[in-house]
Amino acid sequence: MLARNWRNLLESTCIPVAALALALIIFGGFCALEGHNPFAIYASLYEGAFGSWFSWQNTLLRASPLMLSALCTVLPARLGLIIIGNEGAIVISGLVAAVTGLSLTGLSPSLALLLMAIAGMATGGLWIAIIGALRHYRGVNETISSLLLNYVAILLLSHLVEGPLRDPASLNQPSTYPLAEALHLGNFPGSRIHYGLLWGLVTCTIAHFLIQRTTFGFATRVVGGNARAAKMAGLAVGKLTLAICFLAGSCAGLAGMIEVAAVHGRANGALHSNYGYTGILVAFVARQNPLAVTLVALLMGGILASGSLLQRAHGLPDATVLLFQGLVFLVILYSESWYGRMAWFQAPIADSGEGERG
Amino acid sequence: MTTDALGGWGLPLAILAGTLRGSVPFLFVSLGECLTEKSGKINLGLEGSLLLGAIAAYATSYHTGSPWLGVLLAGLAGVILGAIHAWLVQQRRVNDISVGIAMLVFGSGAAFYLGKPYIQPIAPQLPAIPLGAWSPLPQVQSALMVSPLLLLGMAIAPLMQWFFRSTRWGLMIRAVGESPVAAAAMGISVPRVQTLCIISGSLIAAVGGSYLSLYFPGSWNENISSGQGLIAIALVIFARWNPIHCLFASFLFGGTQGLGPAIQSIGVESYYYLFNSIPYLLTLVVMILTCSPHRASVGAPESLGRANNH
Repeated sequence: MLARNWRNLLESTCIPVAALALALIIFGGFCALEGHNPFAIYASLYEGAFGSWFSWQNTLLRASPLMLSALCTVLPARLGLIIIGNEGAIVISGLVAAVTGLSLTGLSPSLALLLMAIAGMATGGLWIAIIGALRHYRGVNETISSLLLNYVAILLLSHLVEGPLRDPASLNQPSTYPLAEALHLGNFPGSRIHYGLLWGLVTCTIAHFLIQRTTFGFATRVVGGNARAAKMAGLAVGKLTLAICFLAGSCAGLAGMIEVAAVHGRANGALHSNYGYTGILVAFVARQNPLAVTLVALLMGGILASGSLLQRAHGLPDATVLLFQGLVFLVILYSESWYGRMAWFQAPIADSGEGERG
Repeated sequence: MTTDALGGWGLPLAILAGTLRGSVPFLFVSLGECLTEKSGKINLGLEGSLLLGAIAAYATSYHTGSPWLGVLLAGLAGVILGAIHAWLVQQRRVNDISVGIAMLVFGSGAAFYLGKPYIQPIAPQLPAIPLGAWSPLPQVQSALMVSPLLLLGMAIAPLMQWFFRSTRWGLMIRAVGESPVAAAAMGISVPRVQTLCIISGSLIAAVGGSYLSLYFPGSWNENISSGQGLIAIALVIFARWNPIHCLFASFLFGGTQGLGPAIQSIGVESYYYLFNSIPYLLTLVVMILTCSPHRASVGAPESLGRANNH
């Protein structure tokens, strides 16, 4: 007889997998209606995501910012807040990290990279902490305010890279001055994959231990379960909110810094590349579990990576990926209602009753 | 010389024109959200309805040559998205805020997917009503060219107010929003009322989308709404769930949105993006001023945002 927690684990693995399969089937049906062969599209999805070493590298490159970006939604969610300001936090902290890197001259590259990471994380952290503070002290809906701040961050980036911070040599895409070659985050030997992947994996693991194994994490989960009871029990809900939001934002901030230091080499409009929005989806598919985030980020990174192959091989518009993501999101939310319904996953009553009888 | 004839009236007239032009999407989405929230559910995905409505209207108008048929199809697109949202939020353990975010992604994904072939072609536009025909001044005439959809929205606001205050159905919706348990005890089917409100709300928002693509700015591209649907949702809090206040709040925000281009038109070039961020910041400021951590906002439906008991 399987123990209760194993059954729970099995249930929370099988249901998202089934939901993803259902989303794929619906997506295939939609493609068939549009006159494409759904099986050819599935094949391209797989080919573009995991079909070769080349595709694997593309997938992993996209998975690392997604992991960090997803944590920006995951951590507040454990506290009961739905924060979707990931995109704004990534954009603004990428910009600050780039400015930090440009203004630091004469330091050793590793120290400069460290300072860039700290600057990015602090910026992202403060950006999301504002949202947490507004929620706690003024009762402002955190979902709406975080989404509004995304627009503000993107416009601020556009203003700064097209005005005061612009490198006059950047004609087609207004950008800041490029970072020195030494400030580029390196790649794993023999690949195009930068060390950001490592940082993403490490951060997800730390987040898992923080939430599951520390007093701080326990307090967070108590507030997430019942904020009023937590307040009665004397937990400092305000401080927890600010701390969690700061940590969440700093994860997104790290993502922004890595995008600048490893991919773009400067700050420009390319920072606004929807990793923030896809990160929200990753968080929900992973059911706000930091360890599951790593796997789901890999999967979503694969879907993003196969987008260009879908365009080339089937003539599908680039918005196909967004449409598919929306579909996955809806089906995953629907699958929440399946939990606890299938008898097989529930521990038999006799199992739990035995302790009392004995 | 015509500017001289206007004297100091040039800028106010430009602001008036911008307000009348820019407020319509806010008006429709905030009215749709107001109706939805009165029944106790939140729909954060109305931005998706706005976008899908815009492309549905544009494509229909392009293919049939009839912009009014486009408005109709926009409404239909809104009904479809609303029906998905309504069905999902009635499931166990499914939270309406999350569904809203998902609908936002899905609605914009669908709109961008379907809209790809329509970025270039030009579709027939909705006619304008020349309310300024009495004036000999061309500036006044052009400022008072209004869209029939503006008049429709201005008519819906007081009608909705009357509907909530004085009709049996309006009372039923308010009862459901204030206390689903009491409403159920009265024999009202809570899920059915909420479903109808969500679908109608999404329909109204999507009609607002047809204004974007068929009147102002009157073309289709992926940045056509840029968060207006979201701002409008925050407006409902500001308007304290009162349709008439939604109308005034929409005028205020429509005016603010026209501010950036208006200031640019008198020669200030360098702060274009910062001026464009004013509506978002203003929304935030308004939310900070009108929300409170200690009590639910005045006028908010009592059960807003709480899960239904199953």
